[in-house]
Amino acid sequence: MDLLDNLGLGLQTALQWQNILFCLIGVALGTAVGVLPGIGPTATVAMLLPITFSFDEPVSALIMLAGIYYGAQYGGSTTAILINLPGESSSAVTAIDGHQMARDGRAGHALAVAAIGSFVAGTIATLVLAVAAPPLARAALNFGPAEYFALVVLGLIASITLASGSTVKALAMIVLGILLGTVGQDIYTGTPRFTFGIRELYSGINFVSVAVGVFGVAEILRNLHDPQRRTKMVDKVTNLWPSREVLRSIVGPVARGTGLGSVLGVLPGGGHVLASYASYAVEKRTSKHPEEFGRGAIAGVAGPESANNAAAQTSFIPLLTLGIPAHPVMALMVGAFIIQGITPGPEVMTSEPELFWGLIASMWVGNLLLVLLNLPLIGLWVRMLTVPYSVLFPTIVTLACIGTYSLGQNAFHVLAIAFFGLLGFVLLRSGCEPAPLLLGFVLGPLLEENLRRALLISKGDPSVFLTRPISATLLALAALALLLAVLPTIRRKRETVFVEGE
Amino acid sequence: MTTSGRKSRLLRLGAALTPLCFMAAACSGGGGDPADFPDDNIEVIVPFSAGGPTDTVTRMIAEPMAEELGVQVVVQNIEGAGGTVAAGEAAQADADGYTVLMHHIGMSTAPTLYPDLDFNPVEDFKTIGLVTEVPMTVIARKDLEPTTLEELTTYVTDNEDSVTLAHAGIGSASHLCGVLLQQAMGVEVQEVPYDGTGPAIADLVGGQVDFMCDQTTNTTTQITSGAVKGYAVTTTEPVESLPDLPTAAEAGLDELEVTVWHGLYVPSDTPDEVVEKLNSALQVALKDQGVIDQMGDLGTAPVAEDQATPDALTQKLESEIDAWSGVLSGITAE
Repeated sequence: MDLLDNLGLGLQTALQWQNILFCLIGVALGTAVGVLPGIGPTATVAMLLPITFSFDEPVSALIMLAGIYYGAQYGGSTTAILINLPGESSSAVTAIDGHQMARDGRAGHALAVAAIGSFVAGTIATLVLAVAAPPLARAALNFGPAEYFALVVLGLIASITLASGSTVKALAMIVLGILLGTVGQDIYTGTPRFTFGIRELYSGINFVSVAVGVFGVAEILRNLHDPQRRTKMVDKVTNLWPSREVLRSIVGPVARGTGLGSVLGVLPGGGHVLASYASYAVEKRTSKHPEEFGRGAIAGVAGPESANNAAAQTSFIPLLTLGIPAHPVMALMVGAFIIQGITPGPEVMTSEPELFWGLIASMWVGNLLLVLLNLPLIGLWVRMLTVPYSVLFPTIVTLACIGTYSLGQNAFHVLAIAFFGLLGFVLLRSGCEPAPLLLGFVLGPLLEENLRRALLISKGDPSVFLTRPISATLLALAALALLLAVLPTIRRKRETVFVEGE
Repeated sequence: MTTSGRKSRLLRLGAALTPLCFMAAACSGGGGDPADFPDDNIEVIVPFSAGGPTDTVTRMIAEPMAEELGVQVVVQNIEGAGGTVAAGEAAQADADGYTVLMHHIGMSTAPTLYPDLDFNPVEDFKTIGLVTEVPMTVIARKDLEPTTLEELTTYVTDNEDSVTLAHAGIGSASHLCGVLLQQAMGVEVQEVPYDGTGPAIADLVGGQVDFMCDQTTNTTTQITSGAVKGYAVTTTEPVESLPDLPTAAEAGLDELEVTVWHGLYVPSDTPDEVVEKLNSALQVALKDQGVIDQMGDLGTAPVAEDQATPDALTQKLESEIDAWSGVLSGITAE
């Protein structure tokens, strides 16, 4: 059994005391920085990357960095749940129902479910990585621009069709998000779009500014506007631990989320972005109580968190087997490999088996440490909600501004928070929710780039989307989803995907 | 729950201190007499993200430079608009030598690609010296028929209407090299831009696009593992880590000579005394065996001693600005 030998070798490496220590430090540091408002995994890894440059042992450096990555991811979910401040697009989904749960006094449940779901998903995805990395990576390469375009279309349509009541508003928010996503220099021609001569806008609007603004700052403004919202949250923070029934109810969402996330994470062209959104849409559709979604449905936290963590794990596959980074965090990992004198690529597995399998085994160790570290902390996090408003709000805003400023040393990004905070507040007041806006903002550029890229390669022939089997299948599914949406009988049953409180 | 209490305090402490560290890093740099330089930490601005090739090269030389200068050298990543955001900020920094800019070939293409640039690469900076010139490689998807650069040229010429050339976005090194490659081949093919090298190489490995040109940093493992076909390197000398590849000139394309050259700059009013001190630290760093080895792993090498000088970098910058303004005419980012 090659696999067992390999995993044995990996565990041998990962369980060396100094590697466990580095993994623990990484997870702890990642969580500590990740919980800072507005700082997501990419920013955390970029900030902490230099720490590992001086390590003598490459495998320790990479293990610590991987630990930082999932630590930061969990930290980001924590802020999304507690103060409605997602640091990365994936945790924006967690914020929808997670923060709603926190406001109902169930923050402990949400955090525990996120931790448990992430651990289960991480464990399974690590096994997927160990068993099937090379064939999965090769299969993922069949995904060209046409396939990515079709996948994004499916993602966008699924979220539109699942919304009802405020379908028009949700649709408007998605479109507004897509429009915001077009700001910046067009990568095809270099033409600046909607930049108004502001150089900072050339590289597009900063995701963190948008997320911190429309989620966090807008939420704070709404709370100030309507002080009654606050009282509810403080009253019942004693309810920390989910009951057995609650845990049983998340088995399905966690399993489905893990499956979806594992598959999407392998796609190097942005599949991981879709993982948590896809899981949310699936949970909402399969739920017996879709009306609970957006009002604190536990499946709306368990599914996406599992999908997110599974995708985070399997997104190492293209990097480790092909040397291709799937997203910005993986690009930073490439830098870490290179600094350590290892160029990531197909031969890492054979030339550095200890490092390859050690890193994979450490992922499981890291997920375990993360759960052990964070479950006891839940009580503390939840108590944070009892901090008086007059202290909590300025602290959140200050930390968010410092965090955003530290990303690019640019005051413009901080001003952008103020702009999007006001915009978010106006939108909330008019009954529009920020989640679809963020979805459009993140997926819009992917949609456009892959559409244009596919057409460039096909010399402008649109039939390419229908003649390639994967793309055709995905588009057929999208058409089906659209059809379901317009069928009146089904329409009556539909509930809002992105309800954001009343 | 005492352990959790202790852990939580540690975490809170970490959470509270982290932004302070970054602020401290951002506020480094002092003033004073140039004769005392350096008596404070030096900040090197990198215009691209942490972990990228330029960042990696900077961090390699930062350590031996810091040792030589006896102060900390802090690397600061300021991304955006092809590196022009960072260069614009460096141009306006205090001219005391405590803010240094690392920039690559993009410094010379910026005036052409960004006509509204708010700094002048030549007038607003003093040069310290060249650091390294990273070779580029011509590569193609592995099932493309041609096996030599000559055959590739013939193939591309014959199929000018159908072949696709990938690159990592307007103004990227792979775009610049792609433009030169097409000129050398005498063709104009369909360019397929990507948002960065990673996705471009992914689609080349997956066979979605036909060929591209990129830095050894990004292509060496893909070539040696056979995931893509390598045809030639774009330097005048062969590259040690890719012994099987001829230079483009040897393989019949004389005009294809391009490297991603990196240099260090300070604001133009910096005293010459300070520039000299920074330059001698750079000279020492480039002779450091660790630096030579690490660059070797990337498929590149430190520049020769006479190139790591202010004059050599000024000359390189001016000649490249001229060259690219011709090559890139008609392509602007404005």
